[in-house]
Amino acid sequence: MTSLRTFGQFITDTFRILATGSRYYYAWIGFLLLLIAIGGGAYLRQLNDGLIVTQMRDQVSWGFYIGNFTFLVGVAAAAIMLVIPAYIYDWEPIKEITILGEMLAIAALVMCLGFVMVDIGRPDRFWHIMPLVGRLNWPQSMLAWDVIVLNLYLLLNWFVVTYLLFCAYTERHYVKKLVLPLVLLSIPMAVSIHTVTAYLYNGLAARPFWNSAILAPRFLASAFCSGPAILLILLQVLRRTTKLSIKDEAIFKIAELMAYTMGFNLFLTAAEAFKELYSGTEHMVYFQYLLFGLKGHTTLVPFAWASILCGLAAFILFLVPKTRTNWVTLNLGCVLIYASVYIEKGMGLIIPGLTPDVLGDIYVYKPSYTEIAVAAGIFAIGFLVFTLMLKAAVPMMLGEFTLTRGRRAAEADPT
Amino acid sequence: MTEPRLNHPDQGCGGRREFLGTAVAAVAAALTGCGKISHEEFLQHNFKELSKDEVLSVIARLEKEYKEKFGKEVKVATTPPLPGVIFGYALDLSRCVGCRRCVHACVKENNQSREPEVQWIRVLELEKEEGVNLQHADQYYNPEEVPREGHFYMPVQCQQCKKPPCVKVCPVGATWREKDGITVVDYNWCIGCRYCMAACPYGARHFNWGEPHLPSADVNPDTHYFGNRPRPKGVVEKCTFCIQRTRKGLYPACVEVCPTGSRKFGNLLDKDSEIRYVLENKRVFKLKEDLNTQPNFFYFYGV
Ligand code: SF4
Ligand code: SF4
Repeated sequence: MTSLRTFGQFITDTFRILATGSRYYYAWIGFLLLLIAIGGGAYLRQLNDGLIVTQMRDQVSWGFYIGNFTFLVGVAAAAIMLVIPAYIYDWEPIKEITILGEMLAIAALVMCLGFVMVDIGRPDRFWHIMPLVGRLNWPQSMLAWDVIVLNLYLLLNWFVVTYLLFCAYTERHYVKKLVLPLVLLSIPMAVSIHTVTAYLYNGLAARPFWNSAILAPRFLASAFCSGPAILLILLQVLRRTTKLSIKDEAIFKIAELMAYTMGFNLFLTAAEAFKELYSGTEHMVYFQYLLFGLKGHTTLVPFAWASILCGLAAFILFLVPKTRTNWVTLNLGCVLIYASVYIEKGMGLIIPGLTPDVLGDIYVYKPSYTEIAVAAGIFAIGFLVFTLMLKAAVPMMLGEFTLTRGRRAAEADPT
Repeated sequence: MTEPRLNHPDQGCGGRREFLGTAVAAVAAALTGCGKISHEEFLQHNFKELSKDEVLSVIARLEKEYKEKFGKEVKVATTPPLPGVIFGYALDLSRCVGCRRCVHACVKENNQSREPEVQWIRVLELEKEEGVNLQHADQYYNPEEVPREGHFYMPVQCQQCKKPPCVKVCPVGATWREKDGITVVDYNWCIGCRYCMAACPYGARHFNWGEPHLPSADVNPDTHYFGNRPRPKGVVEKCTFCIQRTRKGLYPACVEVCPTGSRKFGNLLDKDSEIRYVLENKRVFKLKEDLNTQPNFFYFYGV
């Protein structure tokens, strides 16, 4: 009973932290809310008129939404990039920041589910896809699998984060026997969400561009590049703006690991491109559309090459120890690799998979204003979730805000 | 309540129909834009799981809705597959002239949306020198006169696969293959995820991107639950071999209208059927055979 009351206290106190902050905090939240409102408005229009307000059509039946979804599944999965070395090799400097990775995963998953929700034509029928109440076509449909693993992964991360913070708040040490197995479980879970998402495309014999055995490995490799890139930047921001101490060593270690995954990612991409272009079968057309354009349609070409060049440049920056340990070049590398993977796993994966379509028709897809506005709204929701989690978590992790101390401080606060 | 149920954006979010007083219905209402669905519709389960009584009430509800919307009687049949029948289709590539009459007869028969127009048959113009090479196909051909010199024509519609990838991938089981070999969609269960569209190797599935616009005068009132009954927006649809006709022993509309007799249709289990004659006496091929979808739709060169 008392622990239940303490938990209630934990929740109300958390809200109290969220409600108070600096001017910048309010401005940032206000900005996110504005974006959410814009996205919400666009989404309302989509609900009313149907998906016709997007640029998707029968030929290219998935687009920007599903591209973002795919990319963000990668971000969510990349949390394990930090958990693996921390727990398997018992590498202390990273351990303290795994909770950040888990929070990032939660925010990314919220965005993933948001993108799926806005992409379906009948969101009012969402219950059809819920296990037990609806009719999940499991184990046949890869999408059914995806729904299950994504939600389990979300639940798992959410539980671990809440539990760890609650322990910090009540100034108790967390029960290692409970947390360690869960954290270890999150490793195969993270691999599985990305693998299942890759299989979603991979299993479609109708789409040769996706029907390649190394699609899932490529997904994982690229996720291990982009996910940590976000974290590296975030860690630096947190070091500056809070009292959280994150050692240089931890950041450089992550950067080093990223260099390997980037190299591997480039290798896999090259392997795929070689197979398609050298054997030169009819299946090459999709790569052609992506890299060189087809029958005069070259919309994707600049993006595709930008992605490749960014990826290469980032790889070099991360590979050379000197640039890897220089803050300017390190951050530049992070931005480059993020951009590279965002293009590759978003539009660069979905659109050429569907163009030319199964009967050879080329429909040139570009996202509409509505799609971009709705996507911006979903990203803002993700950022909002993440900001709020951080806002509450950081003082708790630092031991500044606990059951005894935080409450007194809050009560003493005249505002 | 004779008000049409078409939702015009300018009508705003007025509560016109009875709703469940629950939060669930409120969410559903919010998610449909302005809540144009009744709670019976919202709570309707997958067709395969409905009892006989539930089917009757669903059909009554649909017929009532269509009457309100179109101002005329629309019959919705649920005729089950005929025993001992598996439908097969064969298309003679040496006869088809690419006039697209099948395309338009199909739209008329099957109550497709006219604006934007949804077409279940796509006729490809192919180069004689290339043969069946889809990368050289043009479906927007528009010459003064067909057939065009040096070209031949290949209509493509749902191939009614024996191993349909569209059915395999659907996350909610909204689409399945019936005993007579027709793959159907439960338009009231489909969530509009479009996974089946990505999976179909023949581009046979079409999505209602906007609210389907079907003028009352054009409505074909003789419909089937899985076939040509008017569809809502946000769901997938496809060729059903005119299930509303063929289960009554009629030919599909495209077979009937084709001026060159390129289209052959019949029961694969009936030794004396025309389709069996084609399979016996002509050499047929299946489109994209390597994908092992095993279509019951065959192409052949009659002459
Ligand atoms: S042709 Fe396409 S829609 Fe028709 S059964 Fe085969 S996969 Fe399904
Ligand atoms: S669009 Fe409808 S029929 Fe197609 S896979 Fe999704 S739910 Fe199933």
